[in-house]
This record gives sequence, structure tokens and C-alpha cells, in this order.
Amino acid sequence: MDPMTTSRRTFLGLVGGGALAAGLGACGSSGPQSTPGSTTGAGGAGGGATYWFLTGQPQQGIREAQVKRFNDANADSKLKTTEFQNDAFKAKIKTAIGAGQGPTLIWGWGGGGLKAYVEANQVEDLTDWLTKEQADLKNSIFPSAFTAATVNGKIYAVPGETVTPIVLFYDKRAFEKIGAEPPQSWGDIMDLVPKFNDKGIAPFSLGGQSRWTNMMWLEFLFDRIGGSEVFQNIFEGKKDGWSDPSAIKALEEMQKLIKANGFVKGFSSITADSNADQALLFTGKAAMMLHGAWTYGNMKSSGGDFVTGGHLGYMNFPPVDGGKGDPSDTVGNPGQYMSISSKATDAEKATAKKFIANNTLDDATVEAWVKSGNIPVVKSAKDKLSSITDKNDSAWLNFVYDTAANAKNFAQSWDQALSPTQAETLLDNIAKLFQLSISPQQFATNMNAVIGQ
Amino acid sequence: MTVTAPPAAPETGRKVSSGAGSSGVGRSGPVAWMVLPALVLFIVFGVVPLVGVLLLSFTQWDGLGAIHNAGLSNWKSVLSDSQLPHSILVTFEIMILSWLVQTPMSLLLGTFLAGRQRYRAFLAVLYFIPLLLSSAAIAITYKALLDPNFGLGPGLHLDFLTQDWLGRSDLAVGVVIFIVSWQFIPFHSLIYQGGVRQIPTTMYEAASIDGAGRVRQFFSITVPQLKYTIITSSTLMVVGSLTFFDLIFVLTAGGPGDATRVLALDMYKRGFMSNQMGPASVIAALIVLLGLALALLLRRLGGSATASQQEGA
Repeated sequence: MDPMTTSRRTFLGLVGGGALAAGLGACGSSGPQSTPGSTTGAGGAGGGATYWFLTGQPQQGIREAQVKRFNDANADSKLKTTEFQNDAFKAKIKTAIGAGQGPTLIWGWGGGGLKAYVEANQVEDLTDWLTKEQADLKNSIFPSAFTAATVNGKIYAVPGETVTPIVLFYDKRAFEKIGAEPPQSWGDIMDLVPKFNDKGIAPFSLGGQSRWTNMMWLEFLFDRIGGSEVFQNIFEGKKDGWSDPSAIKALEEMQKLIKANGFVKGFSSITADSNADQALLFTGKAAMMLHGAWTYGNMKSSGGDFVTGGHLGYMNFPPVDGGKGDPSDTVGNPGQYMSISSKATDAEKATAKKFIANNTLDDATVEAWVKSGNIPVVKSAKDKLSSITDKNDSAWLNFVYDTAANAKNFAQSWDQALSPTQAETLLDNIAKLFQLSISPQQFATNMNAVIGQ
Repeated sequence: MTVTAPPAAPETGRKVSSGAGSSGVGRSGPVAWMVLPALVLFIVFGVVPLVGVLLLSFTQWDGLGAIHNAGLSNWKSVLSDSQLPHSILVTFEIMILSWLVQTPMSLLLGTFLAGRQRYRAFLAVLYFIPLLLSSAAIAITYKALLDPNFGLGPGLHLDFLTQDWLGRSDLAVGVVIFIVSWQFIPFHSLIYQGGVRQIPTTMYEAASIDGAGRVRQFFSITVPQLKYTIITSSTLMVVGSLTFFDLIFVLTAGGPGDATRVLALDMYKRGFMSNQMGPASVIAALIVLLGLALALLLRRLGGSATASQQEGA
């Protein structure tokens, strides 16, 4: 009995002490680890250059292949990668960079997000490197792609990957069913809505829970009704920019379409990440869809004979009667962007620069992008188009190339162009506008309150 | 503990006094040390972040750059923002309605499962399955099942199931409450099952001799005897629903519009999507205050918790 109680006590004491020691030990060992981490900023073990990017095919495979080629050629300075799903990446990258644990190569969409990094001194100024050392690389890229990479006249990111305008997709079979032609104007769209609804086909597919999907509609309506300067004023922080009469008219037209049941039933609970909006189009449940050019690849691979059978139609967003906008204007992503962390070591920066220069827009990459149905951001993309044998792919790629190249104004997506604070308020109010829980006037008031923030 | 203590106590006392120092020091020393690991963890992961959040709520920080002092401006802007009362309203709506659904159901299920019959043990295992799933998995599954175009309703051609479940404000709140209840009723049933099994069978025997039927026994013995169990379970439900995040975030992301934007989601959106850590910290501080107030209130409702349940009867 006696040794029993003592030993139990000792045992408990030892366990407690052990746990405490382990706890303190953990604190001790995590201390030295985080110190070099915060000074180098790379965060990765071993101090090598790191690169975070998005999942989702076919983009993911192309990015992986780029890194593989680089690592095979540079065994002594390998690039470490981490892959993220879109929405998770957006949240993670900001916190990681703020905590000094971000990657060496920062992948992004340029615009307002990049501006926030620049203001916090988190990314390298690449102007000299690009204009002097890498003039050939710079000249090979579409000049329009640099707008979203430039902050206060300096280039902080290198455009890469693809030009993806937003286009109006439609199902030719659905139009045959109602015996109508694709819309040539906003008026046509409003006329088509009841015809499709009568046949039990939703006029438009929309992944409304993702919110930026709804935003694409407003981007086009603002442009077609009031011209590109309406949003340009907002972007530049002009007071009460959202109350512009054209803006209010665009918001009213938007709600008219929603009230006329222009969108598929339950659109506000559909997400774009799951590709359910595309599925509605290629399964014949919806007739049209306004979406990014990047959806073509998935519709081709998942949609059965939808693309290969020639059922997919596409066009630029039609003009609005009496609108001031140029019908050639488009919106979307003029490119994706890679910046280099200013907190990385010189060796890591050198590795990152080497990767950008040699592997992000090399011939193999350009060819892979074209093959996957995308137009890469380089001028040489046009030459690759003639080598495409599939006639559907060829027609599609030429359409995307022409839409991007002939656009009088290629506007960047609003949520990427604006600061994160404005973007979140915008998406929030767009969701409410589509839910019809706020009026166009309330939308403008709410948005005016955050202009310039 | 109480059973083993008397014989052990004198022996330990003698041994310690014969060893070194007084028995008082010998006893409290190691016991106090044993608290330390828990205390250190609590301070590092509980108190320090809490103080950090409180300090951040008086600053302006985008998560990337330098932190600037902002005085009371965050508090002023958040407290005058019309989003805050809406989020509080939604939080309490979900809290109260899910309590109203969960408590009677778990109480009945717990009482049922407290029976020692074999088939009940088997059923108990089935009932606990939702408890084994992560909230994110549950949310993704329900999202797929409730899809208005590809979900369960359209698949089986059942019109009453083919609703815009997550796209209409009123329905979305109902769906959230349903799923929360589906997920947590097993847990609370487990608590009630334990509580019911603690009730001495003599009470029921006495009651049946007095001619009380099952229903009468339930309301006159089971429910009063479970008073403290009900308070425990309600505290967990109420305080837990204040921080409810994962399920709603995956299911509706606070939508449609802001119909299901509870306080925790509002905090996340302000902090990590708008990059406004200051206002987000204000909301976080408010959640802590509300949680503490509610927990205290529930303790008060329970009266003095020191008296043992069975002694009170």
C-alpha cells in the first residue's frame, strides 16, 4: 500500500513534469527555427526557393511540368512547390506573407492584391531586371498584360500563363430547340429568357455562391452601357463613382434579368469551384453561360460530346441598345503573375528569377497551354495556332486570341483590380444585389462608402 | 476516491513526516506543480491570443504591413455597422432554434438509449455515426444532396425535395439548423444517456409502486433529476454555436447574401478576406464577451452547482 501511493504520486509528478518539459522543449526548439524563418522569409526548411500555386487541371499539370523541367536542369537549386485549391490559396497566401512565411515565388492575379504587397514592401521591384537583363522575355509578352503588374510606374510581377477573357458560351442544341438565334443585343437576351423558360431550359447558368461569377455580368453591363471609363473612375477612387447614372442603369438591368428568371433555379447556392455551372450548360439544363475562357478545357474533358460534337457556341458579350461602350471591349484576366518575395535570400531570389526566365514561358510551356485550349500571354502564341489540328480547338483558340488582341479595352476583373477591402465589400454587395435584398441605389451607397480604401 | 482515501491517508502522512518537512507542504507542492502543464497551455493558447486580439482591436492592420494605432475607431465603426446587429441576430436565431430542436430530441433519445436492452445498444452505435464525421465532410455531402439541379430531389424526381434549399434566405437558415441538429444530437444524447443511468432505479421502483406511468415517471423523475445535465448540455450548445464556423462556411459561405452570416463568419470575412484585422478583432472580442456572459447566465439559471444532484432529490 505504502509504496503504491508514493509511486503513483511520483508517477503523476513525473508525467506532469515530463509534459511540462516537453512543452518547454517545444517552445525552445520552435524559437530558433522561426528566427531564421522570419529573416529569410522563405519559410521552407533548408532555405531553398519555394513556389505555391493552384490546383485544377489542365493548369496544374502544366505548372508541375515547368517545375520538373527546372529541377531536372538545376539539381543544386531545386524549387519546392506546394499546391492549393483556389479559395484556400487566396486566404493562405496573404496570412503567410504577412507572417514572413510566404513562398519565394508569389503567384497571383496582379492588380489590387499586388498593390497591397508592394505597399507592405513584400515584393521585389523587377523593373530593371526585366528591362535590362530580360528584355527579350519582356518583349515577347503582350504589352497589355503589364498593366496589372505595374504599381506606381514600376513592374513588380512578371506576367505568365494565359490570357483569359470572359466570354458568352451557349449550347447550340438549346437554340435549335426554341428555333432562335444567339443574342445580338441585350434586348435579344431579355426576349430569349421567356422562350427558354417555356421549354423548361434555364436561360443562363450561374454559380452564384462564388460571387465573382455574378460580378462578371456587372463588368460587362457597366462597360456596354457606360463605357470603360465608368469603372476606371471607380478604380481611380473618384468620389461617388458607383452612383454614375450608367452604373445605376446597369444595376437595374441586372435585377430585371434576375426578376425575369434569367438564371437557373438555385443559382445562389451553386459554386463555380465544383464546376456545377458548367455542368448545367453541357447537360442541356441551361442554354447560355457567361464565364472565363479557362472553362473550355473542363467542358471539353467532362462534357461528353458537347465540345467535340460542335454543340458549344461562344461569342463576346453583346452590346446594350443605346449604350456607350465599345462592343469589342472585354474583361477577364490579362494574365497571371509571378512576383518574387523581397524577404527571400539572394540565392533564393536568383533561383526564382532563373525559373521565371527559363521555364515559365518557354516553348514547351507555350505549346502545352495551346494544346490545352488556352492562349498564353506571349505574342508567339498566334504562330502556334496553325499547328492545331482539332478544328473545334482551332476555332476556339482563334476566337480567344482575336477577342483578346482586338479588344479596344481589356479590363482586369474587378475583384483583382481593386484592393482586397474594396473587393470583399463589392462581392458581398453583389451577392445581395443578386438576392434582390438591396436596390441598385443601396448598392451604390454601400460601395461609395469604401471607394479608395 | 472517497473510498480509497481513509486507509491511505494516515500512512502517507506518517511517511511524509518521517521523511522531510511538514505534511502540508509535501501535499500541496506536487499537486500545484501538476496544474502547471495545463496552466501553461491555457496561458499560451488561451490568454495570450485573447490579449493579442484585444490589442489588435485598437489598431489598423491589413495582415501584411506595419500595425498602426487606431484608437477607438474600429470599435466605433463596427458597432455602428448595420452588419453587426444582423450577424448577432442570425447567430442567436440559429442558437435558439437549434437548442429548441436539439434539447427535446437528445433528451428523449438519451433516455431511450439508457435502457439496457441489446437492440438499444445496437441503435446507439448507429445514432453516433454523425458524430464521427467532420463538419466539412457533412457540409459537402449535404450541399451535394440539396443541389437544386443535381441533388437528391431532382435525382429521385421528388418535387418537395427539389427546393432551392441553400439559395433562399429562409430555407438556408432552416437547413443550417437541421444539419447542426443532425450532427450534434448524438453527442448530447450521449450526455443524457449517462445522466439517466446515474438516476437510482429505486426512484422508478418507488414511483411505479405509487402507480406512476412511464410518461409521469419521465416528467416527474427523469427530467428533474437531469437538471444539471440539461444545463451542461445547453451550455455546450449555446456557447458552441457562438463559434460555429466550419459547417456554415463550407455549406453556404454565409449566403445567400448574408442570410447565414453568423458572428464567426463575419469575423473571418473582415479579417481574412477584407484584410481588416482591427474590425475583425473587435468582433472576436465581442464573441468572447457574449460567450462568457451566456455561460455565466446559464450557471446562474442552474442555481448553486455545488449541491450534488442525488443529494438534492
